[in-house]
Amino acid sequence: MFDADLKESDRYAIAVIGAGPAGIAAATVAAESGQRVILIDECPAPGGQIWRHAAQRSREGAARRWVTRLERSTATVRTGAAVIDIRRLGDANFQLHTVRQGVGSTLRASRVVLATGARELFLPFPGWTLPGVIGVGAAQALLKSGVSVRDQRVVIAGSGPLLFPVAAALRRAGARLQLVAEQAESSAVFRFGLGLWAQPAVLAQAIRYRAGFLKSPYRTGTWIKAAEGKSSLQRVTMTNGEKLWTIECDLLCAAFGLVPNAELARLAGCRLQDGFVAIDKHQETSIEGVYAAGEPTGIGGVDLALAEGSLAGYSAAGRSDEAREWVLRCEEQRGYVAKLTSGFQLRPELKQLAAAETVVCRCEDVRLGAINPEWTMRQAKLYTRAGMGPCQGRVCGAALQHLYGWTPEVPHAPVEPVPVSALL
Amino acid sequence: MNGSIEILANGRPLHVAPGMTVAAALLNAGIAGFRTSVAGEPRGPLCGMGICQECRVTINDRLQERSCLVLVEAGMRIETDTMSRRV
Repeated sequence: MFDADLKESDRYAIAVIGAGPAGIAAATVAAESGQRVILIDECPAPGGQIWRHAAQRSREGAARRWVTRLERSTATVRTGAAVIDIRRLGDANFQLHTVRQGVGSTLRASRVVLATGARELFLPFPGWTLPGVIGVGAAQALLKSGVSVRDQRVVIAGSGPLLFPVAAALRRAGARLQLVAEQAESSAVFRFGLGLWAQPAVLAQAIRYRAGFLKSPYRTGTWIKAAEGKSSLQRVTMTNGEKLWTIECDLLCAAFGLVPNAELARLAGCRLQDGFVAIDKHQETSIEGVYAAGEPTGIGGVDLALAEGSLAGYSAAGRSDEAREWVLRCEEQRGYVAKLTSGFQLRPELKQLAAAETVVCRCEDVRLGAINPEWTMRQAKLYTRAGMGPCQGRVCGAALQHLYGWTPEVPHAPVEPVPVSALL
Repeated sequence: MNGSIEILANGRPLHVAPGMTVAAALLNAGIAGFRTSVAGEPRGPLCGMGICQECRVTINDRLQERSCLVLVEAGMRIETDTMSRRV
């Protein structure tokens, strides 16, 4: 599996994993600096979730500029390929194993930039496994990948700034939005709005998004209690802590913010801090030669991801003059982000939604009642198989971390399920 | 949209727009359950971005493909719920 004879063409100076804004920026500036670069992503086209499938549509300004710049650079772009292993070799190079449509291949790089993005935090509640219950960002991703929601009755229940663009996009696509429920109290949303005054462009965008679903109710201090249906979703029960009410709907978008995709960083041995990949001021992780950029280092959105990606790319390429300039831009962006995201704390009631018979681990159908809160994640795995299925704990691990404060297990290679043939 | 292409979903022909994912094509065709869980429950896409593995289907005889990450291609054969059917 790992000793394949490597062709010269499989050797790179820099491998960038993840082709969202951070990875695109890192790969582009590194290639422009004269380095031999490969950019690898699971999706069919570069763009990540925010610029997903941007190649086929008229893209927003920044997306178009960056994707065009990437295409003009000398970077090799390998899409549809998952990185399933990363290891450091004796000569300080890194060996990466990738799988594309069931076929494995190996490449080597002197330096690695991890730009693996974030996923949504899903918290279990009765009925959350029904078809028709999806995430909030998931709705955005599915819309961009061609799903039609015209005339569907939709409820959004979650938290944070992401609710606004997703609600607007669903409305624009013809969905009948029944309710947009923010679990945080109105004071938090108000503080978020105040924070936006410092960034008029972002404020204008937020107003445009809200205008995009003005006819639909937006309620703060309101959250999901349960979803019901036979073979797919039919109705949801909502609460504001005082009363319960039911809404008939076809689609529920329920997620509670973002958590970093840190599996490859942990596999590579990078140190984490408060759940995020720890970096120095040049985006280098605790492992020499491994850099991280974008959401894995802290949830910060597209502008910070582009700044961190540029910095990581220049740092990995040894361009210290350019890097110095981007250090300042990253610091400036982080200041904005801290202001915007404070306040959307998850309310304690969200830890009490699941009943004993509610599935927590969707891959192995492990129910909450089978799990002892006194355990560690390892014990839960050994005793119940929670976290042992194909998603390898990406969903239930984050949920159990939130519910019980457990630390997710250090992943093992392969970090994605692959056919045995891809390993031979 | 450059016309449409034909794919086969559980043997049924579907005319879909090129550039969409397999998951989108199935959802638009009214297929909500993509797989059956180990306890026998229907499951469909959750995360939409390749993380949760709930949208796994068989594509051109390749088992367990994440349908949210694969674009439709003319003549593609897709089977949902294949793992439970083999039992």
